[in-house]
Amino acid sequence: MQSTEKQEFTTSRGTRFMGISLLIGIPTLLIFAFLLSPADDNMDDAVRLIYVHVPMAIFAYVAIITTGIGSVFFLWKKSRWWDTVAHASAEIGLILCGLVLITGSIWGRPTWNTWWEWGDVRLVTTLVLFLMILGYLALRQVPANPEMRAKRASVVGIIAAVNIPIINRSVEWWENNTLHQKSSLTDGKLENLTLFTLFLGFIVVGISYLWLMTHRFRVGWMTTEIETAGIAELIEERLNEGNSTVVNSQPQQKDGTK
Amino acid sequence: MTHVGYLVAGWSISLISFFIYAWRIVRKGKKLSSQVPKDRQRWMTSSTD
Repeated sequence: MQSTEKQEFTTSRGTRFMGISLLIGIPTLLIFAFLLSPADDNMDDAVRLIYVHVPMAIFAYVAIITTGIGSVFFLWKKSRWWDTVAHASAEIGLILCGLVLITGSIWGRPTWNTWWEWGDVRLVTTLVLFLMILGYLALRQVPANPEMRAKRASVVGIIAAVNIPIINRSVEWWENNTLHQKSSLTDGKLENLTLFTLFLGFIVVGISYLWLMTHRFRVGWMTTEIETAGIAELIEERLNEGNSTVVNSQPQQKDGTK
Repeated sequence: MTHVGYLVAGWSISLISFFIYAWRIVRKGKKLSSQVPKDRQRWMTSSTD
């Protein structure tokens, strides 16, 4: 009885472990972000938004790169597994990318005195990435043969992934056309507790991504199972219809020859 | 603390979006798993379950 109940969820031992880690990790991150870490000399307390904004940005990259890799492997191996990975990761990537744009905008208002700056290359390329992933997911909703649909989406998935290095390096490539600063992580300017809170943010958002990814993959897998079963049922129905037409037509022919 | 409104808005939107999406996915998984035969749920549970 207990095992039957377990089977009715997309939960497993791994996702339960990740879920419990998140229940501990999220409040811990909030305590460090709001109470223990210091305010920044330049940004004041607005720096506390960075602990969620930057990790989400990095895992949005991870999600879209995963979609790109999944798309390449789908086109190469024609593997349903990779297509499901690409689709699941794109959906999570869209949410992360959307949240990055929103939290970035909220952070930009007190720090740069603007909600949005069209001249900033990183902002615009991130918006382009968001729209590309939206396009990828919209393509997956277009009624078509499942394989053709996956093929079309894979092409968009690969193009979206190519955008990631452009977004990442835009601060260096177009340094006169951006409000963003260069990476603070690599230049060692962050204080100890600020750095620790940021890493805690990476761990929490990373586990969140893996947890969502596992559940979303299993949902995607089952959706395809249902879709495939539906198509198989339809084919069988048509074949039966065809057979019954042939069977029905045979006596008529016999009658005609009599 | 400065910029409280911005901080609350940014963190709330992020956390609420995460919980809503997570809840929807788990709910959808529960619904679908009752429709797919056990032997076709190849990626459903880890081998230790």
